[in-house]
Amino acid sequence: MTVARRPLMRRVAIHLGLLPFLIFALFPFYHMTLTSLKQDRELYDRFAVPLIITQGPTLEHYTKLIWDTEFLTWTKNSLMVTILATAISVVIGTIAAYALARMRFFGVGAFGTGIFVTYLVPTSLLFLPLAQVVNWIGLADSKWALVLTYPTFLVPFCTWLLMGYFRTVPKEVEECAMVDGATRVQALLRIVLPIAIPGLVCAILFAFTLSWNEFIYALTFTSSSDQITASVGVTSELIRGDIYFWGSLMAGAVLGSVPIVILYVFFLDYYVSGLTAGAVK
Amino acid sequence: MAAVRADEIPVPRGRPRPVARLRTWLDRESVLGPVLVTPAMLLLVLLVAYPFVMALYFSLSNAFIGRPSHFIGIRNFVHLWDSDAFRQTFQNAFVFTGIAVAFKVVLGIILALLLNEQLWFKRMIRGAVLLPWVIPTALSTLGWWWMFNSLYSVVNWTGLALGLMDPPGPNWLGQRYYAMAAVIIVNVWRGLPFFAITILAGLVAIPKEIYEAAHADGAGANARFWHITLPMLKPVLAVVVLFSTIFTFSDFNIVYVLTHGGPINSTHLFATLSRMLVIDVGRLGEGAAVSLYLFPLLVFVVWAQLRFVRKHAN
Repeated sequence: MTVARRPLMRRVAIHLGLLPFLIFALFPFYHMTLTSLKQDRELYDRFAVPLIITQGPTLEHYTKLIWDTEFLTWTKNSLMVTILATAISVVIGTIAAYALARMRFFGVGAFGTGIFVTYLVPTSLLFLPLAQVVNWIGLADSKWALVLTYPTFLVPFCTWLLMGYFRTVPKEVEECAMVDGATRVQALLRIVLPIAIPGLVCAILFAFTLSWNEFIYALTFTSSSDQITASVGVTSELIRGDIYFWGSLMAGAVLGSVPIVILYVFFLDYYVSGLTAGAVK
Repeated sequence: MAAVRADEIPVPRGRPRPVARLRTWLDRESVLGPVLVTPAMLLLVLLVAYPFVMALYFSLSNAFIGRPSHFIGIRNFVHLWDSDAFRQTFQNAFVFTGIAVAFKVVLGIILALLLNEQLWFKRMIRGAVLLPWVIPTALSTLGWWWMFNSLYSVVNWTGLALGLMDPPGPNWLGQRYYAMAAVIIVNVWRGLPFFAITILAGLVAIPKEIYEAAHADGAGANARFWHITLPMLKPVLAVVVLFSTIFTFSDFNIVYVLTHGGPINSTHLFATLSRMLVIDVGRLGEGAAVSLYLFPLLVFVVWAQLRFVRKHAN
């Protein structure tokens, strides 16, 4: 019996060991959601137990957020910027990655290194001069500035990720098509891309997540209530003066995360594989 | 075997039409390659390289928002050292990065080892572990801000309830060392998934036979960890640490939302200080100089990564 029991004990011990990590990872989300559902009098009762709701849940913070603030506009802005920036970046990244992975031409090595270097440049290094560039182009305080600048970090990322995927597609498949008279572009569109669909899904998911989560550019390049994104709106417009509406603030943080959580639940495996590919490949 | 390329396919007899000729010309690698990378290249030159040169210029000038600027050499870089705020920031950046990355490495290895075991709800557990990394940092940091609130802190409530703290508990965001601790905790919380999942990928790649052989030779669990697992993980660890160092060093979101650099500059990092100098005070030149202090580290990381990647590729 001991032989059968030992692995079970070990398994239980492993799960117990994981417990603190899971609590650490999930508690902030639990607490955020809980706070957003509490009534004000319980929320600001210093003697109430903060870990549960005892006086009944309420949606009042959510209705206040949606009707009394510009939250829906911010979310719309976020969606527009994210979708456009993702689409632009994935297209530019795909063709660049294909060229880098498959072709030999003048300057290909230098360009590959350039992509890798910009992949490592943090956004907080360049946001000041980029703000000046955005001003000159005439996009100051406009969400279009974000559509224009987000590709600066998305394209290197997508290119790097997709290069890895394209290299795994066997060259012979493509060469067969070209012997049959297809051009390179046709071979890319009809042969390589369909095989590399998991990579494309990964690139789209990560580009979407990275631009939805972007904060420093959005905070610096936009400020009017009708131009800002959800993250900036919740962190700056809901905190004006010294009175914080914690319930609505947490409701905003929860709702602002919803699109990413939905994607995440459906595409978890892609997130896991993309995360490791981005760093290890 | 040499592949038959499209441009070597014999052209049909007679004069090819211009469209067809353009197509064959475009299909050459030496033409199509540059065409395909042009959009990306334009983007990087106009919106990365050019702004970078501008940042260099600003940092060497006395630029002030809304005023003409003059070249003043490296005076900004030197003058910054006279400012307490900058010296404090410089120190903060190393303390913050050093402690946060160390915690992420150690906890990341432990978490990856646990995740590598037989688990009952493998997918769900992995999903939960990775969650802090996908949620918008600015928004999840708001949640932490509330958890560290001076009056209603749930952290303090729990600490008091468990008897770990003396009432009323620390004022997390109002005292300098606690504020730094808070910022580090949130950074570790947000960065740990990346470490754990990447290290896990490295663990999975270690061949089982090595462990079996070591086991047969009588190596205990400890010996196996120090003599097999850790040395085999070294390449993955190197990449993850380099990667994380640059992004921890240049962190903005967490500090901006949680403390705004306070109390009295004790949690400012280069990114938050430079934004404050430029946006709140208007000193473009000094702000640019502050953010360029990130650059030497970036150069080192890029150099190390490139060397490493090359070595790995061969």
